[in-house]
Amino acid sequence: MSYRITGSTGEWEIVVGLEVHAQVVSEAKLFSGASAEYGGEPNTHVSLVDAGFPGMLPVLNRECVAQAVRTGLGLEAEINLFSRFDRKNYFYADLPTGYQISQFAHPIIGQGKVLVDLADGSTREIGVTRLHLEQDAGKSIHDQDPTRSFIDLNRAGVALMEIVSEPDIRSPEEAGAYLRKLRQILRYIGTCDGNMEEGSMRADVNVSVRKPGETEYRTRCEIKNVNSIRFVMMAIEVEAQRQIEVWEAGGTVDQETRLFDHVRGETRSLRSKEDAHDYRYFPDPDLLPLVIEQSWVDELKAALPELPEAKRTRLEQEYGVSRYESSVLCVEQAIADFYETVAHGADARLAANWMLGDFFAALNRTGRSIEDSPVSAEGLRELLGLISDSTINGKIAKEVLEDMVETGDSASAIVERKGLRQVTDTGAIESAIREILAANSDKVEEYKGGKDKLFGFFVGQTMKAMKGKGNPALVNETLKKLLSE
Amino acid sequence: MSGIHDFTLASARDALKARKISAVELTNAHIDAIERLDGQLNSFITRTPDQAREAAKASDEALAKDEGGSLCGIPLGIKDLFCTNGVRTTAASKILGNFVPPYESTVTANLLKDGAVFLGKLNLDEFAMGSANLNSAFGPAVNPWKRKDSDAKLVPGGSSGGSAAAVAAGLVLGATGTDTGGSIRQPAAFTGIAGIKPTYGRCSRFGTIAFASSLDQAGPMARNLQDCAILLESMAGFDPRDSTSVDTPVPNYEASLKRGVKGLRVGIPKEYHVDGMPAEIEALWQQGMNWLRDAGAEIVEVSLPHTKYGLPTYYIAALAEASSNLARYDGVRFGERVSAPSLDGLYEASRAAGFGDEVKRRILIGTHVLSSGYYDAYYLRAQKVRTLIQQDFLKAFENVDVLLTPTAPSGAFAQDEKPSDPVQMYLNDVFTVPASMAGVPALSVPAGLDARGVPLGLQLIGKFFDEETLIAAGHAIEQAAAFHHRPTIHAGVSA
Repeated sequence: MSYRITGSTGEWEIVVGLEVHAQVVSEAKLFSGASAEYGGEPNTHVSLVDAGFPGMLPVLNRECVAQAVRTGLGLEAEINLFSRFDRKNYFYADLPTGYQISQFAHPIIGQGKVLVDLADGSTREIGVTRLHLEQDAGKSIHDQDPTRSFIDLNRAGVALMEIVSEPDIRSPEEAGAYLRKLRQILRYIGTCDGNMEEGSMRADVNVSVRKPGETEYRTRCEIKNVNSIRFVMMAIEVEAQRQIEVWEAGGTVDQETRLFDHVRGETRSLRSKEDAHDYRYFPDPDLLPLVIEQSWVDELKAALPELPEAKRTRLEQEYGVSRYESSVLCVEQAIADFYETVAHGADARLAANWMLGDFFAALNRTGRSIEDSPVSAEGLRELLGLISDSTINGKIAKEVLEDMVETGDSASAIVERKGLRQVTDTGAIESAIREILAANSDKVEEYKGGKDKLFGFFVGQTMKAMKGKGNPALVNETLKKLLSE
Repeated sequence: MSGIHDFTLASARDALKARKISAVELTNAHIDAIERLDGQLNSFITRTPDQAREAAKASDEALAKDEGGSLCGIPLGIKDLFCTNGVRTTAASKILGNFVPPYESTVTANLLKDGAVFLGKLNLDEFAMGSANLNSAFGPAVNPWKRKDSDAKLVPGGSSGGSAAAVAAGLVLGATGTDTGGSIRQPAAFTGIAGIKPTYGRCSRFGTIAFASSLDQAGPMARNLQDCAILLESMAGFDPRDSTSVDTPVPNYEASLKRGVKGLRVGIPKEYHVDGMPAEIEALWQQGMNWLRDAGAEIVEVSLPHTKYGLPTYYIAALAEASSNLARYDGVRFGERVSAPSLDGLYEASRAAGFGDEVKRRILIGTHVLSSGYYDAYYLRAQKVRTLIQQDFLKAFENVDVLLTPTAPSGAFAQDEKPSDPVQMYLNDVFTVPASMAGVPALSVPAGLDARGVPLGLQLIGKFFDEETLIAAGHAIEQAAAFHHRPTIHAGVSA
């Protein structure tokens, strides 16, 4: 179903393209040796190059280039063996040199694509126009003093990848799915941590609207610097609504840059096209054109980790998990790794079930992530092993897992300590059942009179009497036998 | 101490090694000369006599142990465009205020490593923008030469005017210069000294305040080419901190002096016979050809068809880069700040007060040629023409080893003869700019005096990284020209 907004003149389609700024994971900045680490006391991660001191020159960080190439490979994009750095000139207090070094005419990465999964189970391909490397600016702090602004240059010069999508996105949901998928790919490859709260991933959102069937794009507006997936989706919705109202009132949408105010749920004009900066791009004469070897690209490609799509397909084929399960298990590489460790030598389907169910619930309850999970993959595998070899049953296993989370003890230790070993002694089961049946002779009569669902009652009572330790299959089997006597 | 000011850099070096003179004596003599004469020349912006004496003492200690580098104890002046650790660096601009860099440029670090003694920071045109050293916030440097018939103050050329004046007057044994479109060669010619603009990429630009990054190149200025060769060998070399510096070994330039020019093919670019060139410049050029021919070289006419586009394209390419390079002087982090209620106001007030007229003019032109709607017509076209100019040289060098031309279309002019039209001033660079645009090395050697007794220079242009052939050819001219004239103001002349 196509996403449509209904206005007073009928239905409208939205057209969205995203420019994502993703901070490159690297030790040092793009053109200096200063630390690229997030945080730190203001102005402690700053070299003389970052601060634009006289005579300072940029020197390209090879690792940042490798990260861009890896990302390009992850987006199945063209890798441009020749690219170039340009200066984007504008004055601002947190831009020490008066220009940002970026790639304008010749980006390092060309056309690529991102496959996104939608809620209705369908898949869409969103085109990537390009990816280029550029420097981040510093931070201006205006709220510390009534008359002065402060500048923190810790971020100045940190490497960013600007990833520009084609205007292929047609709904807020698709925008959200695109961003999630992009973030997933970046995290898999390890080129961006995707942390939107810390600003290591931000999006500029280009929105326009048109009537279904129109082939030309109408004028778009750019919403700058939206810093969460939810806000991106909200911003698209309210901006599309605004534009529809403008068109339907007989007006025209002006090309402009806008800001999203999530408190008021509206976008506001920041600057019009007429006020747009003339950035006077030109090739940075301090840097040679960036020429990389195909053999180096091939090396990086060979060392690339398995990407989300490939991993999903493999998990489905290798472990027999469902399409849904594979999508959850592959959200993060660490989860997939954890799963594979658990599933290795265990019942893989059971492992998927437990991960998606009780294990994630335990993580949520304790507020832990997969990386600092209170239960190791090996520990969970041991627990599942105890189910598979009938040492304990599933219900008892839940109790054991809770104990594992709480105490950190191993499953077998807990089973021993608490005496939870499943009772498979048919004699013990039979005597427990006989006691139950004797105490509930009225219900036995009813059951024999055709009230089949009482069977569950007997099972429950038996398990209760056996403190949950009865082997469910044996309990069932024995019950059936004794009830038919 | 008679005779101490007759030393060249090379002879001083040899005298120091032989302990015929101490580094402290040599340095003190130069400090005295600066104190005595620089009031007239204004070639220094900042003098560092105390540091110089300290360094000289250390040099003597090293020399006593037969240690010390190739420049141990040699007093030099540093163009005030090179950042010097702990010593004020101004670029002859108000906007840098009392900026004291906490770092050393690679070129000056190389010289220090080889034992050089720095006497101070030399005057220049503000941000190296000018051809007469009239654009300095610290007042013009003055040419130590005077016309036979007049006491008028002559310009030393620019932008390395202070370097040229100090070397010519014997205040230093050598100096660093930078050359973007002729800023080493033209002042060298105006003051009767030698100067080399090496191949682009030969010397690191790290720590040198940028004018036009794709053209700026540091080089030596000294009394003769032997001194220049010694200095260049120290200054040059690959620097990982400058991505445009080239990783190729630095040869023994001094040794190339002895190569001679037998069989060398010397090209004479016919397009350099420009309209209105004074007859004495033409005559000097012809003289240069004769000298080289007599020394065994072959003279060949060549064509550099795009020469006439050199100047206009240079002033587009260089100023475009300058407009961007100078954006960092904004009053925010260092240098002069004029406070204002808004950020834009702070920029405007600081830059209005900090930059001189010529710098402002060039920033405006550079901003214009890069702006939307003009970029293709100016900047992009200039880049294309630049490629054509480079191809001219490459083609010519298929056939010849070096090119011989005049360095400048005239000798030094008087301060008050400065043309009122800035474009007229730019014509000073007409012969020097093309080599800069191509990135090839070039030098200027003194070759004679004009009718009024003012020195004139000849320029040699060489192949990429073939400074050695250039020096060999230049030395042949030096030997033939036997230029031993001295300027009116000179340390060796008692006041």
